[in-house]
Amino acid sequence: MEITLSPLSPSVTKTFYTSLFDLQDGERVRTCLQCGTCSGICPFGYIMKFPPGKIIGAIRAEIFDHVLKTDSVWMCVSCNACASFCPSNIPITRVLMTRTKEEMILAGNVPSELQAALENTQRYGNPLGESPRKRADWTLGLQPEVNILGKTRQPVDVLWYVGDYASYHSRMQPATRALAKILNALGVNFGILGPEEYSDGDSQRLAGERGLFEMMAQKNGQVFRKYKFNQIITTDPHAYNALKNEYPALGVEYPVQHYTQFLFERIEQIKPLLKNEIKAKVAYHDPCYLGRVNGIFDEPRALLSAIPGVELVEMSHQRINSLCCGGGGGGMWLDGFQWEKAHTRLSEWRVREAVAVNTQILAVACPYEPPRFEDATKTIQAASQLKVREIAELLAESMDL
Amino acid sequence: MKIAVPIKFVPDLVEELTIDPSGTALDTTWLRLIINELDDHAVEQAILLKERSGGEVTVLSAEADGVDDFLFTAAAKGADRLIKLTGDFSAADNHALGRAFADVIKELQPDLILTGVQAHNDLDGSVGPLLAEYLGLPYVGYVAGIALDGNKVVARKEYAGGLVAEVEVKLPAVLGIQAAEQPPRYVAYSKIRQVMGTAKIEERPVSNLESSGGVVVGRLFQPEVAERATMLEGSPEDVADKLVGLFKELGTL
Amino acid sequence: MSQDIFVVIEHLRGQVADVSYAMLAGARQLSKASGGEVVAVLLGHNAQGLASNLAADRVLYVDHPALAEFTSDAYQIVLAGLIQEHAPRAVLFGHSSIGMDLASSLSARLGIPVVNSCRTFTDDGKFVSQICGGKIMAEGNLPSPALATMIPGGYKAEEGQSAQTPPLTAVSAPALDNLRVAVKQYIEPDTSDVDISKEKMLVSIGRGIQNKDNIELANELADALGCAVSASRPVVDQGWLPTTRLVGKSGKHVKPKIYLALGISGAPEHVEGMGESEVIVAVNTDPNAPIFNIAKYGTTIDMFDLLPVLIEKVKQAK
Repeated sequence: MEITLSPLSPSVTKTFYTSLFDLQDGERVRTCLQCGTCSGICPFGYIMKFPPGKIIGAIRAEIFDHVLKTDSVWMCVSCNACASFCPSNIPITRVLMTRTKEEMILAGNVPSELQAALENTQRYGNPLGESPRKRADWTLGLQPEVNILGKTRQPVDVLWYVGDYASYHSRMQPATRALAKILNALGVNFGILGPEEYSDGDSQRLAGERGLFEMMAQKNGQVFRKYKFNQIITTDPHAYNALKNEYPALGVEYPVQHYTQFLFERIEQIKPLLKNEIKAKVAYHDPCYLGRVNGIFDEPRALLSAIPGVELVEMSHQRINSLCCGGGGGGMWLDGFQWEKAHTRLSEWRVREAVAVNTQILAVACPYEPPRFEDATKTIQAASQLKVREIAELLAESMDL
Repeated sequence: MKIAVPIKFVPDLVEELTIDPSGTALDTTWLRLIINELDDHAVEQAILLKERSGGEVTVLSAEADGVDDFLFTAAAKGADRLIKLTGDFSAADNHALGRAFADVIKELQPDLILTGVQAHNDLDGSVGPLLAEYLGLPYVGYVAGIALDGNKVVARKEYAGGLVAEVEVKLPAVLGIQAAEQPPRYVAYSKIRQVMGTAKIEERPVSNLESSGGVVVGRLFQPEVAERATMLEGSPEDVADKLVGLFKELGTL
Repeated sequence: MSQDIFVVIEHLRGQVADVSYAMLAGARQLSKASGGEVVAVLLGHNAQGLASNLAADRVLYVDHPALAEFTSDAYQIVLAGLIQEHAPRAVLFGHSSIGMDLASSLSARLGIPVVNSCRTFTDDGKFVSQICGGKIMAEGNLPSPALATMIPGGYKAEEGQSAQTPPLTAVSAPALDNLRVAVKQYIEPDTSDVDISKEKMLVSIGRGIQNKDNIELANELADALGCAVSASRPVVDQGWLPTTRLVGKSGKHVKPKIYLALGISGAPEHVEGMGESEVIVAVNTDPNAPIFNIAKYGTTIDMFDLLPVLIEKVKQAK
């Protein structure tokens, strides 16, 4: 790698370095051993000019400005693998990589796809640039009608925070409808925010747009306060992560569960409803922000195992060692950029792993994944028979909903 | 170099547009307004020129929902002055808007005025050339690229088919922007919030909005929504024949 | 005021723009309502030959060296004089780089209303304008007198062409001094690759093309049709076509007359770049592909069965 040693801007490094210490556990950066584990486990570490360990090295060499001159940090999908395996327990993803991306955005070094998603979030409250009015359009035709709190103003037991992709993406909408049917079948008293719901903002935060994230949190907080409910459930692990780990510091604090946790608590009620057999080998993909970041590994597997006919198999990367679908930390909005750099997709690696263990179904629990993995099955010839299913879809199918 | 950029907000096409019961105007109940995309390019072009050659950029807009945020965003990108025309613009046509802008811009005495070459809801002409005429200045539209050269500019004017003319225009002048030299930049929300605390939006009341464009709409209507595709049936030969017929009919063969 | 309809003929580098012919056709319809003549207004230098196939009742021709290239400044001065002198019922301009430099300025200068983006006129003298990105049409009485800019699509260029040369009256130009706008030079378009956003028709391929070798089929069809091949994301990502051919969210936005979508599912990311095409024809074996929701015509025949036959028939039809 060619690094010109002049001109040096040690002040850039110093300002950046000390800014890390303001963040929770940020000071742990100082304990870096330069062992290289992070750069090795990073799915795109081999392509980055500055993988995490080298960023810390650059800080210590007072040449952090060189990091900002490359765009390699945009290969980071915030999958947290680096942080999970760091022997010094440095919060690499949350602190180092995210702060670096923030600096990139402040410097105006933003790939155009990402820029569009951020502008859409600012303007419409969702990165897809969809009309907020249409956020509950997925409920059309569902019986009984889904309770939209702004319309009914009835207190509910459960506020279902549906999220961006689960609300709008055409591949995800069937899965979202499936979950609504399951909740109804279980007699859950739930409601959604519909047009009043804003993006959770977590992926925007991890893509370096902290200000936008805070704006989303504030807007969601204002809406939450309007209604009466006992707890929140989310479709999206990123929303779950935001509500559980990030919103409380901004004064927005509610009990929250991912839907797989919520359903797992009711598994005895669900089991007798699982009538239809789904005879298939099923591999479960641990979403980064459900598994590795928040430790929810067993509940989704238990739900899948409860379906008659399902034979659960494990892929080579699993649980804490799961392989990111490539959509996190802004990756959802950097597909073209990352393809240019890598000429491969993480979703394709993952689909190959599923094929390697002879699965018929790749089960997922994050709304980024069905479109990404399904896309990958179309380019990987061996995966042409592989089906990608949200856990909610499989449950609903077995429950004959 | 003093650059003025008058901009306009237009209905956001992300929302489905509906027509009000009178049949002559858009229903405003759900109407969301957004910066005219080409005006956003004009702001970017002005800031690029300022970064290249120095100067002062003033962004002007009539008041509307969302305008303050846009003006602050422009300031965060590098605009120096923000001016908001206040008054009842609900019935103002482009002639009225052009006149209102002309009154304020006269005082600013800019060397260069940049604005989007058009907006999707222009009906009584476009703001740029109207404004130019009210100010007695030359106008060149469809500009994508500007080089400053003393008391004149060289504008890259785009024609159909990719042909570009380098056009020399004496200053002061109004240019209608088709595209900035680079797409409008992103500015972090934290920066915008900072600017909101420090930048000032100057308000200029406009009392006498003269909608003299003279275009009266009898009715608005929506073009027929495309139905699901008509399926061409038969053998590959049959379908190929139908397609060839279609290509001929539409003049592509 | 006379009842004549003036059409400002647009020409560049010795070629009359198609929109001018379409405007003559529009003017013809208006003249029926008004009872006046269709008058082509041609400005230029040694350019009277351009009038030869204009379907106009007569031509007013202004020749001056300063009119050799289009500039808003000189054109405005000449046209303002002509309009004031002849007081036509309406003056039509193209909604284009030339016409839009003129119509609004003249409206302000002469105090005559201008109507933008007229697509058609009606027999009783109404304008029908397309606004809001094609989502809304606005109809109203064309003010009298009026200036108007016209978008393509309402009239065919052939309707404004004639085998007979219309009578031409040369009008002397006013003083054209102190001009503030001058053309320095023209820069030719970059022809290193075709600009798919400017093609009249596109043969566009998606994932259904399956592999790189099959692209030859699409190329062959495009060659026979005299148009270009474009693609959706997966094809470009595979490196089978350069990014200059990409249609969609992160690629080019195109609106050709015909968009022939071969093996394209119609994902929103793609539709964003081509949804405004005039006629979309979809070939996809999946009858539930969303592309059929926006296509005007469709077929579920396998493209590999269809293409060889289609290529032959197109070649024969030429």
